[in-house]
Amino acid sequence: MTARDPLLHRAATATATPLLTVERLRVGFGRDPAAAGAVVKGISFALEPGRCLAIVGESGSGKSVTARSLVGLTGRNATVQAERLAFSGRDLTRYGERDWQRLRGRDIGFVLQDALVSLDQLRPVGDEVGEGLRIHRVIRSREEQETRVVELLRLVGVPEPEVKARQLPHELSGGQRQRALIASALALDPALLIADEPTTALDVTVQAQILDLLEATKNRGKALILISHDLSVVSRMADEVIVMRHGEVVEQAPVATLFSAPRHEYTRRLLDAIPAAHTRGTRLAPASAPRLTADAAHWRRRGGDTPGPVLEGRDLVKRFRGPDGQWRTVVRGVNFSLAQGETLGIVGESGSGKSTTARLALALDRPDEGTVRLLGRDWSALDEAGRRPLRREISVVYQDPLSSFDPRWTVERIVGDALAGGAAGFGRDAQIDELLELVGLGKAHRRRRPLELSGGQRQRVAIARAMAPRPRIIVCDEPVSALDVSIQAQILDLLGDLKAALGVSYLFISHDLGVIRHLSDRVLVMRNGEVVEEGTADAIFDAPQQDYTRELVSAVLHDRLPRIKGTSHG
Amino acid sequence: MTKPADQLSVYPQTLVGDQLLRFLPSADALRTVPATVYAAGVVVAFFLVAAVAPSLLQTHDPFRTDLYATLQSPSLDHFFGTDQSGRDLYSRVVQGTGQSLAIGLGAIGLSIGIALLVGVTAGLAGRRTDAALSRFLDVLLAFPNLFLALLFVAVFGATTTTLIVSVGLGCAPGYARLIRGQFLVVRNSGYVEAARALGHPYGRIVRQHIFPNAMRPLIVMITMGVGQTIVWASSLAFLGLGVAPPSPEWGALLDAGRNYVTVAWWLEVMPGFAIILFALSVTVIGQHLQDRLEGRVNP
Repeated sequence: MTARDPLLHRAATATATPLLTVERLRVGFGRDPAAAGAVVKGISFALEPGRCLAIVGESGSGKSVTARSLVGLTGRNATVQAERLAFSGRDLTRYGERDWQRLRGRDIGFVLQDALVSLDQLRPVGDEVGEGLRIHRVIRSREEQETRVVELLRLVGVPEPEVKARQLPHELSGGQRQRALIASALALDPALLIADEPTTALDVTVQAQILDLLEATKNRGKALILISHDLSVVSRMADEVIVMRHGEVVEQAPVATLFSAPRHEYTRRLLDAIPAAHTRGTRLAPASAPRLTADAAHWRRRGGDTPGPVLEGRDLVKRFRGPDGQWRTVVRGVNFSLAQGETLGIVGESGSGKSTTARLALALDRPDEGTVRLLGRDWSALDEAGRRPLRREISVVYQDPLSSFDPRWTVERIVGDALAGGAAGFGRDAQIDELLELVGLGKAHRRRRPLELSGGQRQRVAIARAMAPRPRIIVCDEPVSALDVSIQAQILDLLGDLKAALGVSYLFISHDLGVIRHLSDRVLVMRNGEVVEEGTADAIFDAPQQDYTRELVSAVLHDRLPRIKGTSHG
Repeated sequence: MTKPADQLSVYPQTLVGDQLLRFLPSADALRTVPATVYAAGVVVAFFLVAAVAPSLLQTHDPFRTDLYATLQSPSLDHFFGTDQSGRDLYSRVVQGTGQSLAIGLGAIGLSIGIALLVGVTAGLAGRRTDAALSRFLDVLLAFPNLFLALLFVAVFGATTTTLIVSVGLGCAPGYARLIRGQFLVVRNSGYVEAARALGHPYGRIVRQHIFPNAMRPLIVMITMGVGQTIVWASSLAFLGLGVAPPSPEWGALLDAGRNYVTVAWWLEVMPGFAIILFALSVTVIGQHLQDRLEGRVNP
């Protein structure tokens, strides 16, 4: 990383002739002409070579549809209209399917979001990467293709490109697959690269590498359109940013302006919603968002104060047998302890063993070695019947609430099922109402089924269910990872409010360092099943001791945002 | 997986009692039923009437021979033509419906019964029991269904009962495996784990979550299975291992017509047509039920 400030630097870059000009692009679905422009309601921009335009927005904002309409991939059902849609002098509004096919790959590269799904499972990666070369007939022989593919894979930083080119997608890691996908988009050296959420499914350190790669592409004079929901990624990459919401452009500005002086209320809210160091102890959602109004008195954790740790793991080891029959140690010698009213954050990349640690804490799996103690009792050694009475003390909120609900059940049944047999001393119906109110849902939601709820509402139901037995501890396993940033802000606020009102302790697992920093008192950094570093949140993030922690913390882009935001607020 | 939000509104809460009423479609739901399903419904209704009260639908006495009218091709008088003894084939097909359906329904009932026993045991029991039962099912599945059925009929002789038993046994391993898989999927689901984390006893989890969710696809399986078992039973009959003539059971009709196929095509085609029509209709209905239950059609 260089010391220059890319934001200011990029803003000053002189404009050249636009490569792509889009004026009042409107996209709609369905045959009804009235539906035209319902999904994307008029977006305009111009993009010069060597520059990056980012389109940000939450799910349903129309950002991906915009990207797809630029390469003619909106599907048959779509109506795309534009006053002007010109790519290096060519009028794209008149393009038919064959014209698009000639354009795609050669002139405009398109990187899809999910590399595992986007690559053919049954074809070697090299064939996939080289497909564009073959289709557009720029290579003459099989040998030439192989050489080019290896070059491309090397260019995007895939290790051992000769070997990887012959392997199938599932034999590559997530980051390598995403690189291969980018390599295939770069194969014909297109002047414009469109990347739709290229780093969303990736761990932070891998994300940083992919962004480096895209940046290098940009520096080679290619134009880049980046679709993302992640403002921190955008702040690093983009020269200009378009913020979309419900198909409309909310704000369009050079990156430095947007982040330092957002003009629109929605942009400001998006920026404020990002959890980071400076947001600790504050609320993320705007003041207008619903907050805890219900009387939480009935739902305070059971039992009195406990002096020692409420939950403690000692020398935990867990092995699983892999698909190849080999035993794999997923958790090796993990120690943790959670005090009453404390939030212990566990952070780590995928495969670090953090979710397994959560399952051991919940006694859903039995450790192969070591013990878990719950309220001083040897929780992991008990049999299931012995654990049952203690299970009320510890509950769980999952990343994917939908799969944790019986699809046939209504919200009231889901929540009612978790109530501890009239313990609160009043009617079951009233208890369900109160719990739903506590998490910001109303009576109207009682009869709904999980599928009929939005992602945020589902997570609220999951939290209500976790609160129902009045536990002392709630294990949160990536509870906000699947949510849009503004919804994530609301859920994090809710968890914070509930902790203050109910006195519960959280074991909070996340791959998102911003989230972890926002609400943890202490943090455990895990890697390859081991605790790499442990300490207070400030110590871990401000003065990381271990190389890995340092790498992790520096890969996080959030630290850039607060500074920019700080200027706007101060 | 994305499914329409309202996909589950036709599900029963449990498969017992008043909850079953939720299966009855509302007036709104009926409006969205495609014409093919209505047609299939009419066909099934026709055969049901034929099974219960064949005389209502018959044009002739199915057993009366008429040597002046042998092997007549289909006409307005004899819809399906006549056989070598001059009997009206249409009336015979109608007459045979009851027995054919009895074999089909009996076989599917038996089949599902056995499959439930084995599948649920394998799906809920421990690793060892599951492994043993699964290997056993694998062995059975290695034989063609028809072969098992053939073997059974060959040993015990061909009567309605042995046909039911043989076809039922032949089809059971496949269903058992499906049911086992279903139970395994639900058993490892997030909501079962969530219920465990809440401290519910295993029996309650099985009753509340595993059983009702795992059994959902069964309704459809049974519907489609009826058509299939009738085809199996008829195949056995065609091979000469079915109910003996002069019974007008569909398979038996096929068997009887075999010798005249070069001179009287209708003796094979018409009973075959009845079999296909019925099997197709039940399958169409089953498929529709499945689409509806899985939310591919908005109820």
